[in-house]
Amino acid sequence: MIPSLEPARLLVVDDNSVNRMVLSRSLEQEGHLVETAENGQEGLEKFRTGTFDLMLLDIEMPIMNGFEVLESCLNDVDLRQIPIIMTSAMDELDAVVKCVELGAEDYLTKPINPILLRARVNASLEKKRLRDEQRKLFRTFATKEVAEELLRTGFSLGGKQVIASVLFADIRSFTTIAENQEPAESIDLLNQYFSLMFDAITNNGGTLNQLVGDGLMAVFGAPMFFDSHREKAVRAAREMLEQLKVFNQNQTAQGKAQIRIGIGIASGTMVAGYTGTQSRAIYTCIGDTVNLASRIEEYTKAALHPLLIDHYTRLGLPDDIKVEDLGKIVFKGKNQAINVFAVI
Amino acid sequence: MSVIDLKIFNNLRDAMGADFIGELIDTFLEDAPNQIAQMTHALAEKDAESFRRAAHTIKSNAATFGAAELSALARELEMMGRDKNLEVGSRFEVMKEAFEKARRQLSELR
Repeated sequence: MIPSLEPARLLVVDDNSVNRMVLSRSLEQEGHLVETAENGQEGLEKFRTGTFDLMLLDIEMPIMNGFEVLESCLNDVDLRQIPIIMTSAMDELDAVVKCVELGAEDYLTKPINPILLRARVNASLEKKRLRDEQRKLFRTFATKEVAEELLRTGFSLGGKQVIASVLFADIRSFTTIAENQEPAESIDLLNQYFSLMFDAITNNGGTLNQLVGDGLMAVFGAPMFFDSHREKAVRAAREMLEQLKVFNQNQTAQGKAQIRIGIGIASGTMVAGYTGTQSRAIYTCIGDTVNLASRIEEYTKAALHPLLIDHYTRLGLPDDIKVEDLGKIVFKGKNQAINVFAVI
Repeated sequence: MSVIDLKIFNNLRDAMGADFIGELIDTFLEDAPNQIAQMTHALAEKDAESFRRAAHTIKSNAATFGAAELSALARELEMMGRDKNLEVGSRFEVMKEAFEKARRQLSELR
């Protein structure tokens, strides 16, 4: 077993003083920092106000038992990411099974076996560390709510029908810029640009799905539905254009090329889900609405407007967002002409 | 005859450290009379839940120190309390005797 490099902060909740002493002593010998609580209520209060990496929780306790503490923690967005190991007598195994089914990380039977304790605690801390990294990664691409939902429910491959808005954005003439500068400079430019765009998207509740070259795709209203997905998508797009304006001012000040982008948004039903394999998958959306958003984005070139939307997106906008009707356009692969609007 | 399973006790002492085991024994020997008093009171008040809880604690701690007989007797009483059956007959007295035996040996071992 690899010893953990940094001491972890652990909370031991048990009404039995001998158990508290045995657990604290064993964990302190492992180099961890240990706090204790004598009943469920005190434990929950400490868990909420402190920053713990793990809790060892007795089931049978006065005032508030282990079940109740576990349930409160699992219903708390900030607490449910912290592993909880149940501790119980051998003859309470039914109760332990219930706790693990509810979402406890693991369990230990009392009397505590120090070797098993060390192994379970270290394994849980290691899993937490990996989950924290995964969470950080998810958050780069999605809102906190979506990231937490994904971590909580896991994901299954296969899709479902959703109503959402899809946003496509592309840098116009990035290739021309790239040819005139060092490769490292191009990557640096892309990274700066993407980080600005991510912020605009996640600030408005969007989830970034794909990056291809200098293009990106984001979805609003999925995996978690929200009513204002059309408005949020358009607000994100406007924020992207605002961010780009500032970005371009900096580019100009440094004597570097400016970039222009085109953004297309379409809303409606689509199939959303994870595509790929169990080990490598991305959340994405497919269907006519998605294709339409991509076509509309391409059309920004000809229309000479940076932000275009379809009719259904326009119907979801409040009055303060003004649009200009560009009329009906026939897109490649579409039988019917589509009414396109420019957001001004 | 030993009432303490020395294999369990020695493992505990090794894990806790020789200096800490005394403190741990003291805590148990100070707490257990309170639990026995709680059980006596609970029997008089016909409070099966309170009886069960106190028996549960003695069972758990006795097992920690390797006091197998005491643990088994406390468990028996815990189960009776859980079943709301406080017709414990002589079993509570037998458990108290087992605690006295465990207390004597643990005092020597500390």
